Amino acid sequence: MAKGTFEVKVGLAEMLKGGVIMDVMNPEQAQIAEDAGAVAVMALERIPALIREEGGIARMSDPEMIKEIQEKVSIPVMAKVRIGHFAEAQILEALEVDFIDESEVLTPADEANHIWKHDFKVPFVCGCRNLGEALRRIGEGAALIRTKGEAGSGNIVEAVRHMRMVTSSIKKLTTMGQDELMAEAKDMGAPFSLVQQVGKLGKLPVPNFAAGGVATPADASLMMQLGAETVFVGSGIFMSEEPAQRAKAIVEAVTYADDPGKLADISSGLKKAMKGLDISEIPEDQMLQERGW
Amino acid sequence: MTVGILALQGNFSKHLEKLHALDCTALLVKYPEQLQEVDGLVLPGGESTCITLLMEKTGFHSAISEFAKEKPVFGTCAGLILMASEPNDERVNSLHLLDISVNRNGYGRQVHSGIHEIEALVNGRASTHQAMFIRAPKITKTGNNVSVLGKLNNDPVLVQQGHHLAACFHPEMSVDISIYSHFLEMISSKNLAHAV
Repeated sequence: MAKGTFEVKVGLAEMLKGGVIMDVMNPEQAQIAEDAGAVAVMALERIPALIREEGGIARMSDPEMIKEIQEKVSIPVMAKVRIGHFAEAQILEALEVDFIDESEVLTPADEANHIWKHDFKVPFVCGCRNLGEALRRIGEGAALIRTKGEAGSGNIVEAVRHMRMVTSSIKKLTTMGQDELMAEAKDMGAPFSLVQQVGKLGKLPVPNFAAGGVATPADASLMMQLGAETVFVGSGIFMSEEPAQRAKAIVEAVTYADDPGKLADISSGLKKAMKGLDISEIPEDQMLQERGW
Repeated sequence: MTVGILALQGNFSKHLEKLHALDCTALLVKYPEQLQEVDGLVLPGGESTCITLLMEKTGFHSAISEFAKEKPVFGTCAGLILMASEPNDERVNSLHLLDISVNRNGYGRQVHSGIHEIEALVNGRASTHQAMFIRAPKITKTGNNVSVLGKLNNDPVLVQQGHHLAACFHPEMSVDISIYSHFLEMISSKNLAHAV
């Protein structure tokens, strides 16, 4: 019997495909998310938009809150740790969370190193801005990759940029010979074996999800059509005027991402989306995507 | 023969790859009217609560219930829960295709997920399978009409009742494709029975 192997970790990521993973801050929100059709919830103390507003150090959530959410819902429960904070990850593993997000949304704990994720039985998801970053995280053991986007902005532009960076680099690798792949691996700063594998497969060796700025059903459809296999929604649901209604609409929008007629119905009559930020309004030192490498 | 895969949520694309490996025509089913084009249907793994909501909203719940009266259905993991007569969870609206009682996530959370070697009777032959269990449901009771084709320790994990088949694990995640050929055989014999 093999538990906690890389295959088994990727197995859970596979089951989350075609769904929506929602950020929640308490059991009541987790219940709303499950009732709306979320495939998983991400338990955190403050959603990214509030972290931006309030400032301060953002850390792993209170285990008590995570346990309450685990008791409340039947879907997988994920939680975030600070980049490099393997002790927080050990605590989350002891709590038996289903997935750990080593996340740029929280304040980094180690500016040089990410967590060595192969040491854990629980699967990890990590953010990326480009293919090199994605492959470094997979090399460390991430079983799932998501775009970083710009969390808490309600602005899809960065997630689009990151998804397009990843997919266009993958396309480029599929056209290259072995000699060129080595040079590309050096430029990307990515493990050569993974660069080779992606060149051969024409896709990442783990599922590829979108995160960071999804606020509407159309945003979810856009990311799915650009190649995302599932969508994370952080602040987009619980910073909107009517979370339950918006959550249901985004779930349906992911299933019918390529059906504009259905999307028109799904998007009709929704209460207001979160207000959101233009990226130029965010001071450079507050860009969350710059955290980690 | 065309096999449909319900593609509302879950890892439906892996099932598509397996069916293609058997040279079978396969179709991702997103609209109830597509059921008219298929001879059998796969209900994939995913989250049964999410698939329940989407099935209700899109009219699939009644459409599959009608389809399943004559045509074979094969459910894996969440798909099995959706086929159980007793899903034991009010969040799941089952199709009641198999006389079994299940405990959702009965094998525990993700840290307890794993690959187990199981013995199963597939295509009429006893064989060994590397079965991946992901937050898997546990079958706690089976009715008299249910044949247990595979067991893990003493628990049934692969079951058949008439023209319906279900697994607690994920055959779409392993190399072996014999469980799919077993299902295709079930569809063929059902088609033959209709032709006679």
